[in-house]
Amino acid sequence: MPTFVYMTRCDGCGECVDICPSDIMHIDKTYRRAYNIEPNFCWECYSCVKACPQHAIDVRGYADFAPMGHSVRVLREEEKRIISWKLKFRDGREKNFVSPIRTTPWGSIKPPYDYEAPSPEALNAQELSHEPEALHIEALPTLPPK
Amino acid sequence: MGLFTSRKTVFVDSDILVIGGGFGGCGAAYESRYWGRDLKVVVVEKANIERSGAVAQGLYAINCYMGMQWDENQPEDHVRYARNDLMGLVREDLGYDIARHVDSSVHKFEEWGLPMMKDKETGRYQREGKWQIMIHGESYKPIIAEAARKAATEVYNRIMVTHLLMDKTRPNRVAGAVGFSVRDGKFYVFRSKAVIVAAGGASNIFKPHSVGEGMGRTWYAPWSSASAYALPIQVGAKMMQMENRIVLTRFKDGYGPVGAYFLHLKTYTENAYGDDYEATWYDSIKEMVGDYVDHQPVPTCLRNHAFLEEVKAGRGPIRMVTKEAFKDPHKEQVGWENFLGMTIGQAVVWASQNIDPKEINPELVMSEPYVMGSHATCSGAWASGPEDYAPSDYQWGYNRMMTVEGLFGAGDTIGGSAHKFSSGSFTEGRIAGKAAVRYVKDLGSNQPRVDETEYENLKTTVYQPMENYEVGRNEIVAGTVSPSYLLPIQGLQRLEKIMDEYVGGTSTNYLTNEPMLTRGLELLGMQKEDLPHLGAEDLHQLQRAWELHHRVCASESVTRHTMFREETRWPGYYYRADHPHLDDTDWHCFTLSRCNPETGEWAMEKAPVHHIID
Repeated sequence: MPTFVYMTRCDGCGECVDICPSDIMHIDKTYRRAYNIEPNFCWECYSCVKACPQHAIDVRGYADFAPMGHSVRVLREEEKRIISWKLKFRDGREKNFVSPIRTTPWGSIKPPYDYEAPSPEALNAQELSHEPEALHIEALPTLPPK
Repeated sequence: MGLFTSRKTVFVDSDILVIGGGFGGCGAAYESRYWGRDLKVVVVEKANIERSGAVAQGLYAINCYMGMQWDENQPEDHVRYARNDLMGLVREDLGYDIARHVDSSVHKFEEWGLPMMKDKETGRYQREGKWQIMIHGESYKPIIAEAARKAATEVYNRIMVTHLLMDKTRPNRVAGAVGFSVRDGKFYVFRSKAVIVAAGGASNIFKPHSVGEGMGRTWYAPWSSASAYALPIQVGAKMMQMENRIVLTRFKDGYGPVGAYFLHLKTYTENAYGDDYEATWYDSIKEMVGDYVDHQPVPTCLRNHAFLEEVKAGRGPIRMVTKEAFKDPHKEQVGWENFLGMTIGQAVVWASQNIDPKEINPELVMSEPYVMGSHATCSGAWASGPEDYAPSDYQWGYNRMMTVEGLFGAGDTIGGSAHKFSSGSFTEGRIAGKAAVRYVKDLGSNQPRVDETEYENLKTTVYQPMENYEVGRNEIVAGTVSPSYLLPIQGLQRLEKIMDEYVGGTSTNYLTNEPMLTRGLELLGMQKEDLPHLGAEDLHQLQRAWELHHRVCASESVTRHTMFREETRWPGYYYRADHPHLDDTDWHCFTLSRCNPETGEWAMEKAPVHHIID
């Protein structure tokens, strides 16, 4: 289901260009708005749809196999940490879903260098960062040497 | 002198260079910095690490979690499971290594803010299956990317890495990488003491079922362009099991996953006439593979085989029986959210075709083949194992170091450690990251140096497609047909056709033989000769051109490995029609290859499979 952009909603901000993993959202030089330059390299991942501040991007199922008249819309509310979906079938039936996306504030992850530095000897042992504590067992398992 | 040699070159120096910011790369960045507080760790990514790699869209489950804290599984159990699924051939040392560490990665994910589903009665993670736990993973990648961004000294987004650089002072030692900015076109020379390749596996090397707009709706991400393999192959690293491609049973056209449906929702498959068909094929599978058919759970490839045979017998389509399960509102919700969390396109297909699984049992399909090391197959680089127990012939240096000094890998890049998935790829990145820190500290003053001639020559090579286009475009009035250059999409479609028709794609029902492979190699040889004539209109097409280079390189490796292994080890993934049986006498071994970077000649060899777990 490749993406497309509504002319009257897009303001050319480029958020979709910045996020697209496939590098297929580009700004049209004439209209100064975004569009999908390569629908056949679109994974329908919705990264651009979720990122668009104007809700200007939507999707239309791949012409190869998707009959018209459907829609799958999304609202990702980063600060509320939820995502909401609205599905509309070709025959008009609707389904709605809401899911959490994160349990902690954005930006709250403690960087690895803020933990106490490991001893030089630990570098030669098999334990990775935060182990064995983060394994929630007493010791890292091992096998007899071969 | 070319038209583009005036492009600016940017030099970036680092101690550890991580190529690819997906799960493997994020794990590598985090761990490198944890152990190397004083080291410069640089991540380079062709997209934006906030949403890059195979998990860009999200995931609804973590498929590799032991649950050692509750004694649910031990690492040994996971090795047995993966070994069984891969018909006996896995690097047990690497698999055990991931399994023993993976729980700590998952516990950090929860601490960082990944919403885990919990069993209300036990308080444990909600199991989807024996190895899988369920998550609300829409933001799985942004959360992991936050950790990686904080860990890395610098992150370079939108740089496509095209080649590795080798040390000019010492043979077979890595010294960095080159690439170009897809945004401003600058040439980047990354000079680094250690390099961790954590790039993507290979989608779109075999012709996909959909060839119009839908060619992007592949099962694995279309941006997984085989850089995981091409970068190491180009510098002579040994590869393993590249023939071990994967074919997936998925919901038709959207390739929506079936794991939660089978395991959690307890749905099951039937043929078009409502019959269970797997037992029908038991005897014929037993004749092909012997006792492997009696293993539990039945290896995935053998279930694929039964599916394919049933369809060939005229009793398709195969359907997933969902109507009963979806009467339960909770299961219905899980069924839909499962797609919305990781394969939104399947929800769109069903909405567009009025398929409500409460009322219609949806069709399944067998995908085209993919090549990868992270999901459920073993393709990838031949890497050194863990120091504390790996057999001596699996150990020649630092953990996850390839056969090139200072070159490490994780995720899709590393072969033999199948069934690692997202959490295991992140964990393998951590393993590689720590090992790379040790390597860098041990180097002391014995540091690699890049060769100016090498990167200057590469600079000319990298921009050649733009020059080809600029010159050749003036020959023709308009359009896409040129006598002088091929567009990347034209080259990609030729590659997909060669691989499909000669190397075991869907059009031959995944079947090949030596004469077909020989012909495939001849055509791939001509395609390699044509690659210097690609034409790129802009920087985006230049990215596509180099993705094609990487895909062609990996495809040749896949073809040569497929030719070397004279047996049918994984019916349901592919068939060697000239060797239609599993042959444990001659082929209970790994296949290894090395492409000589000087001559381009390939050398194939066998390596023993050591069973270190009973």
